Amino acid sequence: MAKKKKEYGLSQWTLMRRRFFKHKLAIIALVILGIFYVAALFSQFISPYNPARRFSGNVYSPPTLIRFSDASGFSFRPFIYERKMELDPDTWQRIYVDDTDKRHYINLFVRGDKYKFLGLFETDLHLFGTTGKQPVFLFGTDSLGRDLFSRVLYGSTISLTIGLVGVFLSLIIGVILGSISGLLGGIVDNVIQRLIEILMSIPQIPLWMALSAALPPYWPMLRVYFGITIILSVLGWTGVARVVRGKFLSLREEEFVLASRTFGAGQWWIITRHLIPSFLSYLIVQITLSIPGMILGETALSFLGLGLRSPAISWGVLLQESQNIRSIALHPWLMIPGIFVIVVVLGFNFLGDGLRDAADPYTKS
Amino acid sequence: MKNQFLVYLLRRILIMIPTLLVISILVFIVIELPPGDYVTSYVQALKARGVEIREEQLEALRMRFGLDQPFPVRYGKWIWGFVRGDLGVSYTYGEPVTKLIMDRIPFTIMISVITILFTWVMAIPIGILSAVKKYSFWDYSLTLIGFIGLSIPNFFLAILLMYLGFKYFGVSIGGLFSREFLFAPWSWAKFVDLLSHLWVPVVVIGTAGTASMIRVLRASLLDELSKDYVRTARSKGLSESRVILVHPLRVAINPLISTVGWLLPTVISGEVITSQVLSIPTTGPLLLGALLNQDMYLAGSFLMVLSVLTVVGTLISDILLAWLDPRITYS
Repeated sequence: MAKKKKEYGLSQWTLMRRRFFKHKLAIIALVILGIFYVAALFSQFISPYNPARRFSGNVYSPPTLIRFSDASGFSFRPFIYERKMELDPDTWQRIYVDDTDKRHYINLFVRGDKYKFLGLFETDLHLFGTTGKQPVFLFGTDSLGRDLFSRVLYGSTISLTIGLVGVFLSLIIGVILGSISGLLGGIVDNVIQRLIEILMSIPQIPLWMALSAALPPYWPMLRVYFGITIILSVLGWTGVARVVRGKFLSLREEEFVLASRTFGAGQWWIITRHLIPSFLSYLIVQITLSIPGMILGETALSFLGLGLRSPAISWGVLLQESQNIRSIALHPWLMIPGIFVIVVVLGFNFLGDGLRDAADPYTKS
Repeated sequence: MKNQFLVYLLRRILIMIPTLLVISILVFIVIELPPGDYVTSYVQALKARGVEIREEQLEALRMRFGLDQPFPVRYGKWIWGFVRGDLGVSYTYGEPVTKLIMDRIPFTIMISVITILFTWVMAIPIGILSAVKKYSFWDYSLTLIGFIGLSIPNFFLAILLMYLGFKYFGVSIGGLFSREFLFAPWSWAKFVDLLSHLWVPVVVIGTAGTASMIRVLRASLLDELSKDYVRTARSKGLSESRVILVHPLRVAINPLISTVGWLLPTVISGEVITSQVLSIPTTGPLLLGALLNQDMYLAGSFLMVLSVLTVVGTLISDILLAWLDPRITYS
């Protein structure tokens, strides 16, 4: 009882935060997503090589194993072996042989390819790299001998932000149309609701495909990027609009709104002071849960060759290389970008689930 | 009662018409979006093949599609052709669009229907298990698997299955038929061969839908199980399986039927992209080919046909729901 009494004085947001922190999976998801976004921000520094650099002697090189010990004993400094490409005399496949006599140590803060850090200043410092001429390929290399680890990192900047930008656009459209629909009612409400129903009944991916095929092929990368986010929000706003409208309709009948009105509060005051704070948490849940759909959408479009195109790098673009079954049977590491997609989408789903439980005042804690 | 149902049916069918009309306008806008018109793309495609085309032929083509006329007229021509089943000729494939679509649509419908059935067959028992044994080991692991199922992109799951099939069983699991049955007439052996290929796309497309349906069923069944009538049933001494299966399940299953409305668009979406990866002869690969070649009339027709399928499917599910759930009033 005493504990319950203590809860009376707490604000809605404190209660929510408490409920959220009880959701273990959501916390883990939040931490992992946080790491991913930080890594995306520092991708130029963390990746050992320029993602476009071709290591011509290392085409389809499998991931390098980083070792701490071998036959000659334990080493505190991690190292890799020198790798030589040979041709299989029967199949003419490339095979890579490690030369266990030649060690190359992994060093921190090495000098390498030049880059302009976040567009601010030029540097050539990288988080890690090798000494000597043997490059380190954590995730292997692709058909042109480019380092997949660096490419996944660079790709994360696009793949992780496209969902956020898309959701932001959907949020703006959704809140505007949803509140118009909920406040005005009548014919306007009817038209907007029918429009939402119709948009929801069109199969999403075919429509996205058709819209992105309409983007002119000569557009520069940045324009294609924003074009894709707009396409993703064409359907994305409907969910937000529904939440906003539903909350407007149910909340404006609530007693605290009536009380405020009898005290002489204007429409604007009621909306900004009472309505929006009341459904903000639902809105946050809704947009968190719609980010995964957008990330999957971009990945699928780029995978099909309709979204971002090389030389732009996103996880979908990287997965294009795994379209061919023979290619992935021989080089399974080309599927690694897919694992990142799954982890991020899983993360947003868990996070959204935790937020939903936290935002619902009726969940039993 | 019967009369009321008929009125409801009729009204639902009538509502469908403006819906389809709006969708068709949206689709036509998409068709017209790319820079340049159909004829310019056509000429480019011909030139790429080294075929020269005379100016009169171009004019004839422009006349046929009404490209010199304003938007409403062009739309009118297109939609009238759609209604009559005349969609022009696809320059990419050199065949009438109607024929191309008719060749592909049956497989799309087949895979979609089987996928939805698969979704239900998987989701209902798993959902019941999750709800009845909530917070158990099974509940947690099934929830986790469900979340992973939701998070894995369709095409990636397809790639993964293909890779595993190739690596561990040495078989290529793409396509719908083995090579020897590809052009063979229908027979029992061919049917069995079809089934042995069909499960891959069905699992790939159905996973995400199954996962979310399990969650819906689990939540609604948990709601029902805490109600008074369930306690009454238990105190009457009914067996646990009767308590769960007879009343609460019937109520809890209704949301599942109404979810066909959103399940169908996802299934058709998933079908398009999965078929491309698994090279299944449905609408997906053709739609992609049309889009990549900027053959917008073909692509637009596909988009329209897929939308019609979805709308009709939703209508069927609504009617089914009204028929199954006596609480729904036909107003």
